[in-house]
Amino acid sequence: MSGAGNREQVFATRQSLGVMKSKLKGAEIGHSLLKRKSEALTKRFREITRRIDEAKRKMGRVLQIAAFSLAEVAYATGSTGNLSYEIAQSVSQARFRLRTRQENVSGVLLPAFEVFMTEGGQAGGDFALTGLGRGGQQVQRAREVYSKAVETLVELASLQTAFVILDDVIKVVNRRVNAIEHVVIPRTENTIKYINSELDELDREEFYRLKKVQGKKQREAAGAEAEAKERRLALEEKGVTHEEKSDLLGDEEDEDVIF
Amino acid sequence: MAAAPDSYKNRQFLAVIGDEDTVTGMLLAGIGHVTPAPNSSQNFLIVDAKTETANIEKTFDEFTGRKDVGILLINQHIAEKIRYKLDTFTAAFPAVLEIPSKDHPYDPEKDTVLKRVRRLFGE
Repeated sequence: MSGAGNREQVFATRQSLGVMKSKLKGAEIGHSLLKRKSEALTKRFREITRRIDEAKRKMGRVLQIAAFSLAEVAYATGSTGNLSYEIAQSVSQARFRLRTRQENVSGVLLPAFEVFMTEGGQAGGDFALTGLGRGGQQVQRAREVYSKAVETLVELASLQTAFVILDDVIKVVNRRVNAIEHVVIPRTENTIKYINSELDELDREEFYRLKKVQGKKQREAAGAEAEAKERRLALEEKGVTHEEKSDLLGDEEDEDVIF
Repeated sequence: MAAAPDSYKNRQFLAVIGDEDTVTGMLLAGIGHVTPAPNSSQNFLIVDAKTETANIEKTFDEFTGRKDVGILLINQHIAEKIRYKLDTFTAAFPAVLEIPSKDHPYDPEKDTVLKRVRRLFGE
């Protein structure tokens, strides 16, 4: 993870340093946002799992009652064999239908089921005449009990769907959080370090070069001065006066100014 | 983000795989739907002692493959027979719900979803 090896392939320039710095900032902001999202989702997730647990227990009770009401039907009609055959045969259109609506939890759309009855037809639906001879009352009661049971089941199914979807989403979000935390941020930091060290190196090189150049210039200047002095001494020895020389210099200066 | 709205817009039916009593009750409540001929199909399957496991598997695949089924109810003792199929079925739609039957009380230990819940909380 750490070390100089893990960094992005960039040229060490001030521009890419700026880019990297803004990237690091973006990654940190993204990390904190995703972390918060993950926390919100997890909170919701725990709530849902708790409700699933409750709903499953409730479902057990409700279905027990429903089964009992069916047993009552069996008792009243003599046997369920014929009845279930009759019911299975007379099915045509579903009276119970589902409608899905969406709920938004931190940007995740969770579908939820809702029961609705199709309109039209007599109140009893397809089974108004079922058990007309015997046990009609029990049949209607069983119907009501089972309708309630189905509603409970639909509620549970909504929770379960939300659970499955949230589970997936939380996994994805956590993966992103970890990726940013353990890969993107260290990598960007390494890159910034690398660029900084590289720029420092360049600075040092430049400084050294300047020093070298200056040193050479100074040496040259000293050499030139020494030579000039030697020449002057040589001229003095030959008898050339100092004044003449200064006049010459004066002339040159004048020329310069005029020019 | 997780699921496109089209993937569950048209899911308006429930499907049942269960023993005779369970299916009868559910049909009585009015969830049964039979599509008219020619390609007639029904959204329930009555499983008795003579029903073969292969047939249950086929029906399970058919119901989970249907685009208009939102919830699939299955008796737990039948789910036991095709447990591996339930364990590998991880899609959000349709929601597969294990329900108890008259002769087999509900056992949360076997439920695929509750198993997942427990595993997530490390119990």
